[in-house]
Amino acid sequence: MSDAQTQIPVTVLTGYLGAGKTTLLNRILSENHGKRYAVIVNEFGEIGIDNDLIVESDEEIYEMNNGCVCCTVRGDLIRVVEGLMRRPGRFDAIVVETTGLADPVPVAQTFFMDDDVRSKTKLDAVVALVDAKHLPLRLKDSKEAEDQIAFADVVVLNKTDLVTPEELAKVEATIRAINPAARIHRTTRAGVALSEVLDRGAFDLSRALENDPHFLEAHDHDHDHDHECGPDCDHDHHHHDGHDHHHHHDHAHPSDIHDVTVKSVSLRGGEMDPKKFFPWIEKITQMEGPNILRLKGIIALKGDDERYVLQGVHMIIEGDHQRAWKDGEKHESRLVFIGRELDAERLKKSFDACQAA
Amino acid sequence: MPTVAPLDLEGHCVAAVFLGNVPHFALADGAIHRLDNGHKTIQANDGLLAAFHDAANDRLITGGEDGKVFAVKAGGEATDVASAGKKWVTSVAAGPQGAIAFATGKTAFVRFADGKTREFTHPRSVEGLAFSPKGMRFGVARYNGATLHFPAAEGKPVELEWAGAHTGITFSPDGAFLVTTMQENALHGWKLADGKHMRMTGYPGKVKSLSWSVKGKWLASSGAPAAIVWPFSGKDGPMGKAPLELGTRGNTMVTCVACHPSQDVVAIGYEDGMVIAARFADAKEVLLRRQGKGAITAMMWDKEERRIAFGSAAGDCGVIDITA
Repeated sequence: MSDAQTQIPVTVLTGYLGAGKTTLLNRILSENHGKRYAVIVNEFGEIGIDNDLIVESDEEIYEMNNGCVCCTVRGDLIRVVEGLMRRPGRFDAIVVETTGLADPVPVAQTFFMDDDVRSKTKLDAVVALVDAKHLPLRLKDSKEAEDQIAFADVVVLNKTDLVTPEELAKVEATIRAINPAARIHRTTRAGVALSEVLDRGAFDLSRALENDPHFLEAHDHDHDHDHECGPDCDHDHHHHDGHDHHHHHDHAHPSDIHDVTVKSVSLRGGEMDPKKFFPWIEKITQMEGPNILRLKGIIALKGDDERYVLQGVHMIIEGDHQRAWKDGEKHESRLVFIGRELDAERLKKSFDACQAA
Repeated sequence: MPTVAPLDLEGHCVAAVFLGNVPHFALADGAIHRLDNGHKTIQANDGLLAAFHDAANDRLITGGEDGKVFAVKAGGEATDVASAGKKWVTSVAAGPQGAIAFATGKTAFVRFADGKTREFTHPRSVEGLAFSPKGMRFGVARYNGATLHFPAAEGKPVELEWAGAHTGITFSPDGAFLVTTMQENALHGWKLADGKHMRMTGYPGKVKSLSWSVKGKWLASSGAPAAIVWPFSGKDGPMGKAPLELGTRGNTMVTCVACHPSQDVVAIGYEDGMVIAARFADAKEVLLRRQGKGAITAMMWDKEERRIAFGSAAGDCGVIDITA
């Protein structure tokens, strides 16, 4: 039966035409990492690698007939994944390459909303390729470019050789303003270590919040760096002067950068009363679901000696106990929303009201 | 007591059919196995995604990852009959006068017996295909409804609209009704004479298997812990009537149904590999096969109404003899 089967990880690559998706894809397919990938593309195009498991599919966004406008799935992925999974021995993981204008949300939701897909595969991470030179322009003409960044777990900031250090710092600050939770990698020719984009476990409740977003770690978190920075601590920080760090923000920080409509709201508090917190988060995701692109959190529940982790996409929310609180670890609750038209004050007030007495 | 002659294969069984009275099993890797005085195998598609039993011509039509369509006949003959390029062929169907239809992406193709082919492109992907039993007409399941084409004639297709993603399609044997499976857990139907809608909902899972009973009086379906069997003998189909629920089990789901060729009996296959037969009149059940390794994915009765070929998602296939 299906529950005995291991779930195949799926990596989603988003990014505008020319941002470097094909370059990265060719590296994934050709580098010697001992794993075999099935790749789902919208057009065969320039992938220069001969591989039987490159599948072309037409983007098909299907609205679910349940009265919820944000409940969309990619019908083509359901079909292709079903076909691929009938012969599971051929590959270890799946990469989905989306078109430049693709909305990443239906892609991601497919892996949560379709029972068949969900039983056989698991979403590993959403990786956004961003062209350092053209991002400001892209953000002007489209909502998609912003959505792709807002939705990403990993942002590969590519073609950094085509901009000045000042321009690069500004582009990175823009990305950070849209999505404080993502890891950012600065690259040329999409030269990011593949271990930074594959097998990330970004949607895996037991791993995601443990490893990635520094913003969810405690204030006194021990950095190996001589200064605080975003979760993307692996690049050099020479251009970071003036970078807007988010660690100390408990409130929303809509970007002062023009053309950005997504914002994030980071909340933190002490131990939560489960009788108040769960109805609250349920209500928030029901009512604000269409505005919430992603949410992630670690919650300390009163009387519970395990950390409770949760994550969500629009109205879909998942949560589970992750691990016991360590000795001396501060029982703190942290929650971040990334989305549009989020009322930071109201979120903060109602979140605070869920704290245990 | 029924007996089972097992055929343990490796891989997902897409179709289990009788061709020339010989049981054939089409697997996802494109191998067609048969029990014909011993176990024999031929290769059809490189990656088999869809199959349709063409009863009138005693053959199995298959489509696959290689973009090809094969016709498999008894005796181990697999003929490459059509090609659609590099894209996957995701659905196939057979119709009157030796015509076949197949689909890739947004395009449906009809290939007539003389080899002439017509192409029908759609704004959205073709999710499912079926020929009407009467006249040269075929239906396409698509997002927000179904499209009916008349491939032997010129003229506009008929569009049937219903919000949501329609993934599979079947005509009733008398051609009066069209029924689609949906991405949501429901069936949708149209009475073709007046376009009246029929909503068939309440399934806990997606419906992936449909089977019309003799003369199309009933439509059996998977997607629940029981076989859900809708009455279609009235002029408005199942509207206002409750379906039968046959072979209800508490701990597993029905994954495949196959109605008996002449009696009101349905073979029911479950997610755990069990197969039973249930009679419509009194819901009486007979166990035909115990649990196996995988979900039942394919079943067919033979013409003598004595044997059932079955296949599973794990490859444990076989033939049930109900008289032995």
